[in-house]
Amino acid sequence: MDRSNVDTDAIIPKQYLKSIRRSGFGPFLFDDWRYLDAGDLDTPVESRRLNPDFELNDARYAGASVLLARKNFGCGSSREHAVWALENYGIRCVMAPSFADIFFNNCFKNGVLPIVLEEKVIDALFEEVRDGAQLTIDLPAQTISTPSGQNIAFDIDAGLKARLVQGLDDIGLTLERADVIRAFENKHRQSQPWLFAE
Amino acid sequence: MAPRTLYQKIWDSHLVETDDAGTGLIYIDRHLVHEVTSPQAFEGLRLAGRQPWRVDANLAVPDHNVPTTDRAAGISDPISRAQIEALQSNTREFGITLFDMDDVRQGIVHVIGPEQGATLPGMTVVCGDSHTSTHGAFGALAFGIGTSEVEHTLATQCLWQKPSKTMRVTVDGAVAPGITAKDIALAIIGRIGTAGGTGYVIEYAGEAIRNLSMEGRMSLCNMTIEAGARAGMVAVDQTTIDYIKGRPYAPSEAQWAQAVACWSELHSDEGAQFDAEVVIDGADIQPQVTWGTSPEMVIAVDQAIPDPAGQDDEVRAAGMRRALEYMGLDAGTPISAVNVDKVFIGSCTNSRIEDLRDAARIAQGRKVASNIRVAMVVPGSGLVKQQAEEEGLDQIFLDAGFEWREPGCSMCLAMNADRLEPGERCASTSNRNFEGRQGQGGRTHLVSPAMAAAAAVFGHFTDIRGL
Repeated sequence: MDRSNVDTDAIIPKQYLKSIRRSGFGPFLFDDWRYLDAGDLDTPVESRRLNPDFELNDARYAGASVLLARKNFGCGSSREHAVWALENYGIRCVMAPSFADIFFNNCFKNGVLPIVLEEKVIDALFEEVRDGAQLTIDLPAQTISTPSGQNIAFDIDAGLKARLVQGLDDIGLTLERADVIRAFENKHRQSQPWLFAE
Repeated sequence: MAPRTLYQKIWDSHLVETDDAGTGLIYIDRHLVHEVTSPQAFEGLRLAGRQPWRVDANLAVPDHNVPTTDRAAGISDPISRAQIEALQSNTREFGITLFDMDDVRQGIVHVIGPEQGATLPGMTVVCGDSHTSTHGAFGALAFGIGTSEVEHTLATQCLWQKPSKTMRVTVDGAVAPGITAKDIALAIIGRIGTAGGTGYVIEYAGEAIRNLSMEGRMSLCNMTIEAGARAGMVAVDQTTIDYIKGRPYAPSEAQWAQAVACWSELHSDEGAQFDAEVVIDGADIQPQVTWGTSPEMVIAVDQAIPDPAGQDDEVRAAGMRRALEYMGLDAGTPISAVNVDKVFIGSCTNSRIEDLRDAARIAQGRKVASNIRVAMVVPGSGLVKQQAEEEGLDQIFLDAGFEWREPGCSMCLAMNADRLEPGERCASTSNRNFEGRQGQGGRTHLVSPAMAAAAAVFGHFTDIRGL
């Protein structure tokens, strides 16, 4: 997706945020760009014409699970629905020179890997995959292999990586620290009692 | 102790523990909840058989979906209604305070928190909404989160966070008369770009910031997310303390002196080091108008729309061409020659009483221009609406031909019935001019409340300094 500042409104427009479910957003990913007709939760997607000029509708990229993007991907609204839509569509990894912070965090909560690469590396990848290509991402080894035989290393925070690889329950893990949290809370309540209603 | 930034002080006072990877477990003082990003979080709690850690830290309000016309009829869109009913039943089930649609305290979540005194200096404040940065105006650390973190906050009262880098944006000197916090915010974004603050928490400093009212500081911190920074902050001063005193959730009389003493520490120490510094001369800031589909695509009202041909960076030039096409504009056109179809005064950025007064001052004694299809004013809360009506602002707007609506997010993101039709151009006091943000195919220009009112009465963008 060769454009900067792709925002979460573009990834999943507001009318789909009325759903109270966590699934089913894939058909509405990039909705305004992907379809020629307007849509909403009540309109069957089969009845809508696809925009032939949109990247994801290009036969070369059919079934893509890696999204190659430009800087500041995922900016704007904090809606986690954006990541739910990507994940539900089948995108497992997004590569960009930079991501907006909230979107970046939301990815890890949903098993989507955001990879930050230098702009010139992204430029080269855009060239290499222009006609469609298979990239192999090895998360434990932190490498991307390209058809031309390149091996690109990427950085990832150790804690976030462990969470993705092991698929850990964040809340369950934090609740194992309940005693520490409670001790902190008691101290906090003593020093700033106005923060607590009771 | 080494000099610390305001951010560092709040981080330190909320750090429960640090893990091996250097991630901090941060205690959350205030969690604001609205109907769009919370249903899946409550469902997650239910599925796991978990309870909220601390019910009194939460405050809930419906805002994104609510109609801004007569509420007595209820919500006609069944999907919107179901989402608000989910908030009602979830807050009832878990015992969380809700300012419901018929409550005069209902309004946009980032307006009602401060209005109630539920946002206090030194707090950590989160909400499933990116504009949570608003609350940093109080010398609080406030940032938006996704739904998984909403659930995590409900269940544990904490979040795992990497320490942010810090950036100080200093606006030196006073701004010219008529220049508002919105113009300052847009000028800063124009300077550093929409990704300029990514990875940072921004602290605003300098004479122009100190001169801002609390409402102005909220507008400025609100827009911080549009510069890519999750949080913006302003140090506590007498303006902050005066604003809070007497509000429903403010500290009691008995605790007031202790609280004020604690808050007086909430500023960056002399000599504290920031990872980045940006300095802007307040006198250089003019009324701002965005021309494109990103808040960084912004110019002064007396300027012309820029030409992509002058750009060295091809990705940037392509973005500009795309934006011009979407916006239906030509490079070189003076922005003051651009006519608008609709005007929206409202949103968590600019819907507080001072915003409405600014707009009313321009509207007074004038009429909405004939080319304007709708000019609407949507107060940020029921209490803002009430106060505006006591001051007679509603009558000024109505006499001029504006619509006077019920509080909510409204056409900022067009989740309710208020929206742009394809191709319609809007002067908006909201925060995002993204493609389709105010309705599919809609064209948004971000401006201050006075500039929006001027666009309404003249039918095109007009320099408010001449009025």
